[in-house]
Amino acid sequence: MQLVKDRFNYLFNSTKGLILVAIAMIGIVTAIWGMLSGPMAEMGVREVVIKLLGMDIVQAEREGRIIILYHSIAMAIVAIETYMVTSLLKMKPFFKTAINAIITVGYILTMIFGMGFAYFGHNWAFHGLYIFGLSLIFFAGVLLIIALWPWNSEYYVTDKEYAHTKKGLDLERAAFFATAVTTVISALFGAIPSSYFGNGFEVFLAENVIRLPEKTTMEYSIIGHLHIMLALIGIMITLIIGRWLNFKGILHKVAMPLMILGTIVLNLGVWGVVTPLEPIAHMIIYVGATPSMFAALLLLIWDWNKLIKDGTAQIQKPNLGQKLRALVRDPLKFGPTWQMLFMNFTTSGIGIFMAIKLDEIFRVWPAREERIELTGHWHVLSAIIATIILLYYGDMIGLKGKIRQWYGWLIIILSDVAFGAVTIFEMKRLFITEAEQQPLVNGLMYAIDFGLGMLLVLLAVVLVWRLTDLFKNKGRWTEEVDHELSQEVTK
Amino acid sequence: MKRIFLTLRHAQCIALSLLTILLSACVPVDLDAPIPAYDTGIDPNIWAQIPAGEFYFGQHEDIETTDAYEIMITDVTVSQYTTFLTVALAEGQVRIGEFKGQKAIIGYYPGDVFHGVKHEEEIKAGDWIFIPLDDPASRFIFNGTTFAPVPGYENHPMTNVTWFGAWAYCGSVDGRLPIEIEWEKAGRGTNTRPFPWGEEILRENANFYASRDPFEDMSSFGSRTSPVGFYNGKTYDGYATLNSASPYGLYDMAGNVWQWTGDVYEGMHYRFLRGGSKDTYDMDLRLWVRNNATPTYFSPGVGFRCAR
Repeated sequence: MQLVKDRFNYLFNSTKGLILVAIAMIGIVTAIWGMLSGPMAEMGVREVVIKLLGMDIVQAEREGRIIILYHSIAMAIVAIETYMVTSLLKMKPFFKTAINAIITVGYILTMIFGMGFAYFGHNWAFHGLYIFGLSLIFFAGVLLIIALWPWNSEYYVTDKEYAHTKKGLDLERAAFFATAVTTVISALFGAIPSSYFGNGFEVFLAENVIRLPEKTTMEYSIIGHLHIMLALIGIMITLIIGRWLNFKGILHKVAMPLMILGTIVLNLGVWGVVTPLEPIAHMIIYVGATPSMFAALLLLIWDWNKLIKDGTAQIQKPNLGQKLRALVRDPLKFGPTWQMLFMNFTTSGIGIFMAIKLDEIFRVWPAREERIELTGHWHVLSAIIATIILLYYGDMIGLKGKIRQWYGWLIIILSDVAFGAVTIFEMKRLFITEAEQQPLVNGLMYAIDFGLGMLLVLLAVVLVWRLTDLFKNKGRWTEEVDHELSQEVTK
Repeated sequence: MKRIFLTLRHAQCIALSLLTILLSACVPVDLDAPIPAYDTGIDPNIWAQIPAGEFYFGQHEDIETTDAYEIMITDVTVSQYTTFLTVALAEGQVRIGEFKGQKAIIGYYPGDVFHGVKHEEEIKAGDWIFIPLDDPASRFIFNGTTFAPVPGYENHPMTNVTWFGAWAYCGSVDGRLPIEIEWEKAGRGTNTRPFPWGEEILRENANFYASRDPFEDMSSFGSRTSPVGFYNGKTYDGYATLNSASPYGLYDMAGNVWQWTGDVYEGMHYRFLRGGSKDTYDMDLRLWVRNNATPTYFSPGVGFRCAR
């Protein structure tokens, strides 16, 4: 009994155990539900999976199913980020325990009962539990805001290396706080219209209403919600990575105020879509996104500079090759910021290009082509955030030597191959006609499926290893059970 | 450091392999590859009678009403459209011209009311493109005076036709493009089915992306159009289709080609398309799914049918 109790304590009461469980849950859902669309559907795998698992898929309910699927995965990601925040930042133990417990119950209920409701017949008790799970996550978010309250002198900083006010207010903590507050508020922009639409069973996907000149306030709210939640998950992971890498110095002092400003303005812009400010909401969003992205750039510059300095410390006058080798020496430390940079080629850059060329190119294409671009770019953004989490997780579980190199580089290369191919797929109409596109589409699909498929295989290998480790009395899990991420912040 | 080089070398191998796959995928496509010819036995000149009354419209099953009308039981075929073009050119209703630097058949359209709404483009009265003339994906031949179908495509839906070209054809048969509620009612009947034939879709129901019909080859040219009325329960050279007519006897209301509809909505120049196509997944074949494009858009996956 003690044996089970110890494992249970690790998996559900330690930061690393909780993160492992959430990654495993996401991995399973992604692997199974990834087989229901795209090339897997073309090859007939979807039909086999549906029969094998006894899924009940009604054509008319596709939009509703997908919304629940997105939320199930997103809530687990939010939970992982929350575990990281509660483990990296100082807070009262009560809050840490309460937040982690509530959000864990919340995302597991959301995932199990949400997916149960969406894909295995409509048991309305399951739907209730799904909503209850989401509510718990919201409540955990409120607790996180209280726990992160930065105007508590206990959390003031005096170290001149870190951004703070004259009184000592920790601006990095304030950035975490601002992100948490705006996330909780932004969740309401989804929750309120969902109650409205859900009551009449009028679900819709935002990408299907893009070109309609008149949208209702509730529709605007949903569109704003989905955009801002993903952006906030991205901002939060940037802050987390910065804390893990021990971001400091002058760039930290510039970046943190920018991050706070960007987050607040970005949110005001998004919330503005349901107010008379709607016509200028996009402008406010651009204004907000710029400082946030610039802050992320400063983190990247600082990180790469540090990697190069640390890696060439023994060399008196390092040449370019030596500096480059130092930069890529540790894929787990280089990878997160590289993925942030790569994101600009696959999502931000595409988004800006699309906004500039909206009437000249994209809106000349049929709506369904524009939809491919829209859905493609935010799927890639979500997946990039997932890879950053996996890279951090690799460091968290203490991967070393060759394994660390393989794990890190495979995540970076496989994901970037897939994301690059998705980007070309989105933009293909710029350089190839519909009639001639099939061989290119096939090649891109191979690249996407190879990249993502192998990434999932890699994740499966890690998860199987972690599972077998749990059967050992003195396994790695025994070392991780008491570790906090704050203890492992880069020196 | 040795370990890094080992990793990088393997990464290079992966990248090279993928590049090879991508390059091998960039082979030119034979747009004139032979296509099997089948007589479906469905006459594209027949119009179905749709009675006046209520029906379920859209995904959320709103109740809508239409007057009685007639609608073609198939998409307009290449044969029908080329006949129209030959006559229209001879009578001076259309002419050879240029549209945005592209050689095209152009004709007059009286224009739409412009409201100046954000993203709205003005559709002025004047000559607009009906069809492009030099597009390699077109399925007709033009010798300077006469239009004719590419052999094998006579009974396939007319594609690469703009909304203006579809509008003009329907006018020539004393008809018009069906508005969206008419189109959907003709496909759906009076119950809530998502597909013209019922609740679920199988590969033998319609021509959609990777539906393994006799006209597609996903390793080269991809999906191609099928003859109108192909999915009528007949078996063609061993390929058995399911009878996929709508409750009112219309064929190809799901898949094959997107179909232009006639609504001109206030504040937007986009025209709406219905039905999904050979290039879309089954989810886009659901009867309420909407697509839209500028009225000058043409594609090998877009056609139309008329109502009156």
